[in-house]
Amino acid sequence: MTTLDLPPVAAPGPAADPAPTQAAAPRPERKVRLGGITREDVFTVAGAAIGSLALNWMLYERVLPFSGAFGFLICWYLLFLAGYFALGRLQWHRLMVRDRLVGVVAWSSGLLVVALIVDQIGYVLSRGSEAAQHLNFFTQSMDHTGPLNPITDGGALNAVVGSLEQLGLATLFAVPLGIAAAVFMSEVGGRMARPVRTLVEAMTALPSIVAGLFVLGVVIITFGFEKSGFAASLALTVMMMPIVTRAAEVVIRLVPGTLREASYALGGSQWRTVWNVVLPTARPGLVTAVVLGMARGVGETSPVLLTSGFTSQFNGNPFSDHQVSLPLYIWNYVKQPYDGMIARGFAAALTLMIVVLILFVTARVLGGRRPGQLTRAQKRRIDRDARRLEKAAAGAVARPYALRPQEQQ
Amino acid sequence: MTSAAEPAAPYAGSPGRPDHGPDQDVPRVITAPATPGDRVFRGVLRMAGLSVFAIMGLIAFFLILRGSDALRAVGLSFLTEQKWQTAAHNFGIAAVLPNGLLIAVIALVIAVPVALGTAIFISEYAPVRLRAALISLIDLMAAIPSIVYGLWGLFFLQPRIIGFVRWMANHLGDTIPFLKVRTGDIGTSYTSSTFIAGVVVALMIIPIITSLSREVFSQAPQGEREGAYALGSTRWGMVRTVVLPFGKGGVIGAVMLGFGRAMGETIAVALIISPNFKAITHILENGANSISALIALRFGESDTLSLSALMAAGLVLFALTLLVNVAAGFVINRSRSGSATAD
Repeated sequence: MTTLDLPPVAAPGPAADPAPTQAAAPRPERKVRLGGITREDVFTVAGAAIGSLALNWMLYERVLPFSGAFGFLICWYLLFLAGYFALGRLQWHRLMVRDRLVGVVAWSSGLLVVALIVDQIGYVLSRGSEAAQHLNFFTQSMDHTGPLNPITDGGALNAVVGSLEQLGLATLFAVPLGIAAAVFMSEVGGRMARPVRTLVEAMTALPSIVAGLFVLGVVIITFGFEKSGFAASLALTVMMMPIVTRAAEVVIRLVPGTLREASYALGGSQWRTVWNVVLPTARPGLVTAVVLGMARGVGETSPVLLTSGFTSQFNGNPFSDHQVSLPLYIWNYVKQPYDGMIARGFAAALTLMIVVLILFVTARVLGGRRPGQLTRAQKRRIDRDARRLEKAAAGAVARPYALRPQEQQ
Repeated sequence: MTSAAEPAAPYAGSPGRPDHGPDQDVPRVITAPATPGDRVFRGVLRMAGLSVFAIMGLIAFFLILRGSDALRAVGLSFLTEQKWQTAAHNFGIAAVLPNGLLIAVIALVIAVPVALGTAIFISEYAPVRLRAALISLIDLMAAIPSIVYGLWGLFFLQPRIIGFVRWMANHLGDTIPFLKVRTGDIGTSYTSSTFIAGVVVALMIIPIITSLSREVFSQAPQGEREGAYALGSTRWGMVRTVVLPFGKGGVIGAVMLGFGRAMGETIAVALIISPNFKAITHILENGANSISALIALRFGESDTLSLSALMAAGLVLFALTLLVNVAAGFVINRSRSGSATAD
């Protein structure tokens, strides 16, 4: 592909040079660029794309009795691959054609996935903004709004409040339990650590409807409580706890062992070491774990569907009566045959997506730091402490008979 | 590790591990006498760890307890009956279970090639600058709530995919029997089908399969990659002979995890399908079902036997997904431990 212009090893000049290789030494070594995109590559892809588009248009739309944009795109893609193969075969070796073809397939599947995500977010944004642009969507509930009321009436305040309360309760239950289980696996360990880890991984993939069914069977059927936001938060806890545990265990494992050893060397007990050294060091990662769990929990529909009960009324008390949340609000209203209700459902979906996005970005920003890596504020604080100690030490030297800072207490 | 130029003196203090330099952070085994506080602390942690067993055990216990009424009422015909008429004591999972599995299989058929292509793209082909952003985007795709997938599938995908479904039914239906649509050529014959539900579920499991496969692909040893290039391999040759064999175990585990997730997927499926209760042979026809969708759509029935029947169905789903997930976990862990010894 690329020819290497090698430096002349033996200079053909006057003979008897004591070190012939030294002739090459002063020349700076040039980095050989392998691969890269040439003009032929671009033209081949573009030619295949345009040619297959034209052929597909003729075949698909004119000659064969097909219809539908979806089928058109699929046929175009297949024709494109065939065209690219043919064009490549004209100019390259068989192996190289295969290599390029796989490259094109890999690029297109990556682009497809990106396009799908963008499309999904864009679709929810465009459909949801219809109702969400009216402020009443966030300030009113559906108490007095019938199915035919315009979208300038009624809103999802009840669902937003319900979602936040249920998520808050579930976080309250899932986080201590999840982090404690993670600390158990990484700090205590022992025979049980491995089965616990296997089970946590299996629990991560527990079907969400089973979590809902479980809480329905225990709390509501067996113990006879009514459906409530609290019951929903229990179901969400079952879903969130394994996620928090798995993510937390990964970051706790990254805490340097030397820090633990330092703590033990200072006489700290294990519980002091975990509480004052391990957990604070892993704090950003732990927050990421919690936020990831919350992002998962807030969007779960089926556990909430079975356990919280639907109501169109505003209910700020999660412990009694039915309480609606965003996913349940969407689920109920998009199934109704009224445009206004569907628009409200989409606006709630948009709200839910924004909440998930905020949580996700928060997790990313915090998760970018490794355990023990300091933030700018922490660095400043340490610098300030160091300066103060220095000044105090200087003062101690200047007044040799005064008490040193350490002895003042 | 240690080159000749480095002084050997700093390691003389720990003769047992001469290979680890000062920045190599290998935790030593620490033995410290446990204080009473430590004992309480460990006890609490152990309880938290074992709570996982308790939760999973309680789920199984209560599903069995609550489902036993229904199982006793119909006995073994619970596994062979297709209908779901709880009032007539005539119900079983012989239709919903295979139909649900069918949705999961269709999802896998669509998702696996796309997910593997994307995983290879991210780990081998994408520009290095884009890699982190792409990984974040895949994670974001996994974080999108399932109800949003359902909305997208119902309102965006379904109206647009009907033309393609109709095309498949009309042109391939005669040669491939399960693509035939026998209910006449009207719009609603092609909607709410197993196939469309499968496509939406495929989108939901793509991120899981992609991120796990990408992880194992990116762990393929650099030396062997360079070795393949040095022998004159093309990039695809390198991927085929180094990366794919190296990641095989992880990919199989990822696909199994995706299958487990696809079986348990509820809301998107329940939004799209129109439920039916006979075993499906033609995937493009209107009407589909799965255990989880059945539970989501029928839990409102208030009599005890109906709920009990749903609990029994949930128990089957729970057992199946647990089996698949634990098996997937073993496969993935084995492939990971293999990767540790590879270099």
